[in-house]
Amino acid sequence: MIAFIVRRLVAAVLLLVIVSMVTFAIFFLVPRLVGSTPDDLASRYVGRDASPTSVQAAKKRLHLDDPVPLQYGRFVKGIVAGDEFDYGPQTVKCSAPCFGYSFRTSQNVLDLIKDRFPVTASLVFGASILWLTGGVAVGVLSALKRRSFFDRAAMSIALAGVSLPIYFTGLVSLSLFAYTWKIWPDGVQYANLLDNPVKWAYNLVLPWVTLAFLYAAMYARLTRSGMLETLNEDYIRTARAKGLPERTVITKHALRATLTPILTIFGLDIGLLLGGAVLTESTFSLPGMGKMVVDAITGNDLPVVLGVVMFTALFVVLANLIVDLLYGVVDPRVRHN
Amino acid sequence: MGDEKERTETLDGTPAAAEAAHRPPTAFLEVRDLRIHFPTDDGLVKSVDGLSFQLERGRTLGIVGESGSGKSVTSLGILGLHNRRNANVSGEIWLDGQEIVGSTPDQVRRLRGRNMAMIFQDPLSSMHPFYTVGNQIIEAYRIHNDVSKQVARKHAIDMLGRVGIPQPDKRVDDYPHHFSGGMRQRAMIAMALSCDPELLIADEPTTALDVTVQAQILDLLRDLQEEFNSAIIMITHDLGVVAELADDILVMYGGRSVEYATVDDLFHRPLHPYTWGLLGSMPRLDRERSERLLPIKGTPPSLINLPSGCAFNPRCAYAELNDGRSETERPELKELEPGHSVACHLPLARRKEIWDNEIRPKL
Amino acid sequence: MSTSEGPVTGPDADRPADDHAVATSTVDVTKEPAPEASRETLLEVTDLRKHFPITSGMLRRQVAAVKAVDDISFSVRKGETLGVVGESGCGKTTTGRMIMRLLEPSAGKIVFEGHDITHMKQRQLRPLRRDIQMIFQDPYSSLNPRHTVGAIVGAPFRLQKVKTEGGIKKAVQEILELVGLNPEHYNRYPHEFSGGQRQRIGVARTLALRPKLIVADEPVSALDVSIQAQVVNLLEDLQDEFGLTYVVIAHDLSVVRHIADRVAVMYLGKIVELADRTSLYESPMHPYTNALLSAVPVPDPDKRKGRERIRLQGDVPSPLNPPPACRFHTRCWKAQEICKTVEPPMVELKPGHQTACHFPENAPAGAAETVAKSAAL
Repeated sequence: MIAFIVRRLVAAVLLLVIVSMVTFAIFFLVPRLVGSTPDDLASRYVGRDASPTSVQAAKKRLHLDDPVPLQYGRFVKGIVAGDEFDYGPQTVKCSAPCFGYSFRTSQNVLDLIKDRFPVTASLVFGASILWLTGGVAVGVLSALKRRSFFDRAAMSIALAGVSLPIYFTGLVSLSLFAYTWKIWPDGVQYANLLDNPVKWAYNLVLPWVTLAFLYAAMYARLTRSGMLETLNEDYIRTARAKGLPERTVITKHALRATLTPILTIFGLDIGLLLGGAVLTESTFSLPGMGKMVVDAITGNDLPVVLGVVMFTALFVVLANLIVDLLYGVVDPRVRHN
Repeated sequence: MGDEKERTETLDGTPAAAEAAHRPPTAFLEVRDLRIHFPTDDGLVKSVDGLSFQLERGRTLGIVGESGSGKSVTSLGILGLHNRRNANVSGEIWLDGQEIVGSTPDQVRRLRGRNMAMIFQDPLSSMHPFYTVGNQIIEAYRIHNDVSKQVARKHAIDMLGRVGIPQPDKRVDDYPHHFSGGMRQRAMIAMALSCDPELLIADEPTTALDVTVQAQILDLLRDLQEEFNSAIIMITHDLGVVAELADDILVMYGGRSVEYATVDDLFHRPLHPYTWGLLGSMPRLDRERSERLLPIKGTPPSLINLPSGCAFNPRCAYAELNDGRSETERPELKELEPGHSVACHLPLARRKEIWDNEIRPKL
Repeated sequence: MSTSEGPVTGPDADRPADDHAVATSTVDVTKEPAPEASRETLLEVTDLRKHFPITSGMLRRQVAAVKAVDDISFSVRKGETLGVVGESGCGKTTTGRMIMRLLEPSAGKIVFEGHDITHMKQRQLRPLRRDIQMIFQDPYSSLNPRHTVGAIVGAPFRLQKVKTEGGIKKAVQEILELVGLNPEHYNRYPHEFSGGQRQRIGVARTLALRPKLIVADEPVSALDVSIQAQVVNLLEDLQDEFGLTYVVIAHDLSVVRHIADRVAVMYLGKIVELADRTSLYESPMHPYTNALLSAVPVPDPDKRKGRERIRLQGDVPSPLNPPPACRFHTRCWKAQEICKTVEPPMVELKPGHQTACHFPENAPAGAAETVAKSAAL
């Protein structure tokens, strides 16, 4: 078991290294390959009407003249051990893990992420509870009442849920609930959980429901097909042959087997969304990671983009690891020894 | 009523049975004119179409047939395991005085596991992979017996020991995938017998097992039957297995019984061309090696579009001896000799002649 | 002793109910069989071994090996059928796959027609694939559902770039007819056929290039009894017509007895007995063979009581950690001290009848001494 965890952790670190290399290459190597000079890069970081001196200063400060491998080495070193930036008169110490400074706001990227992460986490937390319970419940009922009116209706709605993009459902719900019916007259204003939990929840209801609708639709479809498959399993027949009441057959025997694969997907979805629920955050103007990264991309703020990508990768890898371990708990056949 | 009487008589042969129609039978298990049809998009699948038989405690009935003959559907029908939303079940199944087809699902559920139990072909897929073997037996026992977990656990260990699993007190906490195929099937049997059912249905219980393990399981079933005095229905495609274990044999083809006889009659004096075909198809270790096997031509029929007349007629080597009657008229199962019913148009004397002169010498 | 020298009976008289077998006109009943003595060895397997490594720990070190096949030797002569029987996990399928070179042998030698093919590279194997073909157990999963029968059976021609007179289609239709399928079904898909017909398609595919050796792994065990007999007869007819050589791997002792000329019995990766069919089934020497034969249910209720049964206890031990010396000693009722310490060698105790046992049954006088002498060598 310990060997398994250690092996997976080593693999996780390797994976992160690869992700960092690829991301780094996209931002720093590819531009060079297509002909951008370090000066071009530096000028983009300084701003629109930059003087040649400030461009040169930025180039020096960011070591853009160095060979790309060396730059990458500095980037990694910053994450592991921290870095120092030379701003002429003073040097700025950036302690580990250092993702550098935003070129637009000169804020520490890590601080930015720390600032934005609670918003995304709040959004994902509430939505995931909604979609997991809702999606699974609808899926199970649909499977049990296969071909009934409920099944057909639920699956039609689920199909719509999967196909409608969030910026559509989100805007529709905003226009209805916030502007037409004035249930949320001020739209969605994020409030800190610790400051005002009621306001926090109240304001997040619309984003939660919107995000959860999409995922619940997917989970309902997955659960339904998984449940139908499980109900055809021989061991379900055995459970019935034993004389178990149908309710026990479903809850104790069928549901457990159905939910196990869904657990995997759930873990991955959470991991991915924690890196930023881009569409939901943009639609509701929530100041989360997704919103930040979109702004960073449009503003050419490479350190921020790089930092968020690394964070997302970390969450996905961690979620994967946790799911794998949980799988061992749920399914004795894959127990690691 | 008169029509009803006649129909029962032709199906089942004995006037006694005709009188007994719609009254609880004297036999421990009696199946009367069982029909199990499944409506599908392609048409009505008549998996079982008019099946009747009886079984007493302590006796074993072998149901033999190829895939799609309806033998497994029959067994699930007896257990009431068909979903009534997608299966049309009619006829009567009397188990110890209680009728099953007309009972509510909950009434039948209470009988399952306690009065009748089943073991399946593939013991690995038939046990839940996430629960220990012990837990699954405990669960089976506690549905029908109001006892504590500790008592049920002791019972589970006891049952595992009785079916010949070594160190049952340790194995009880293992998961199914820790068991070998043979041990798994033993555990399945322990689970099925945990509530001491009077009827045990075994659906191809040894097909997935190796031959030496198969022999062990067959021995075990024989011993347990003596111990528990249960009635056993043994469903199999292997004539060797029924010859080892069964008292009576029902040969099914296309959802109907084509021959129903004692094991002795069936192997020594079979009267249906399909039974001959089965006997001729199998290579045998107990005879001189034959140069050629005598297969049945063609393939088993589709249950949606059964051939008209005798369902076996397109594959029957003797159908033409009937001047086309086999193609137009369905032969009913008739008791030709005491305890030996056959559904075939060929005159009995002619069939005996064919068996003695053409079939038996070549087996 | 072998009966595969040619059909003994006429093609019609004995097969009243067998219209799906090979069309009678294509069976060349007059063909003279090759005399026994002149039969050359087609396949020679020496000390063949396949161990699958088991790894563990952080660095995935090899900690053990599944000894799936452990030093087995046998040969197959042209035109004969060698049956390989044994229970699950005995290594029979692994053996078949090594002969096909679908698995790389861990050690030993496979010689086909005088060429050592043990470690041939994939490219060199290509011409070999023409000569050695395989029939699989599952007629449902071994045929690509998206290809027509014509494409499936014709694929070998295309892959091997074989020119055929009148085109591939004609060649394929001839083969379909040969295996008892309607040549007009050329454009149908596998799902339109029944299990038995699908297995015929599988047979047709292997036959396309007129291979010299066919390895059949459980060719009939997924089929219904009545269909099994059709396919068994078909295989026999094709052997007679084309002088095919078969290695038939099966767990069903009755089927093997029917189809094979010689039979190898495997237990836990070892061949424990190898003999002519008659000799093996009538006077089996190895206790395991005796137990196997005794375990087969006999379709005769009269024999239920009178039969003397040998009932093996327990299950086959794990091939991960097989018992030392004689691997059967843990379940053998004749086992003595020597069986746990000295591995019995394969010894030919009768002409054409080898076994690996310290205390063989049905053995000629002096067998024990012969075994002891060989073991001492």
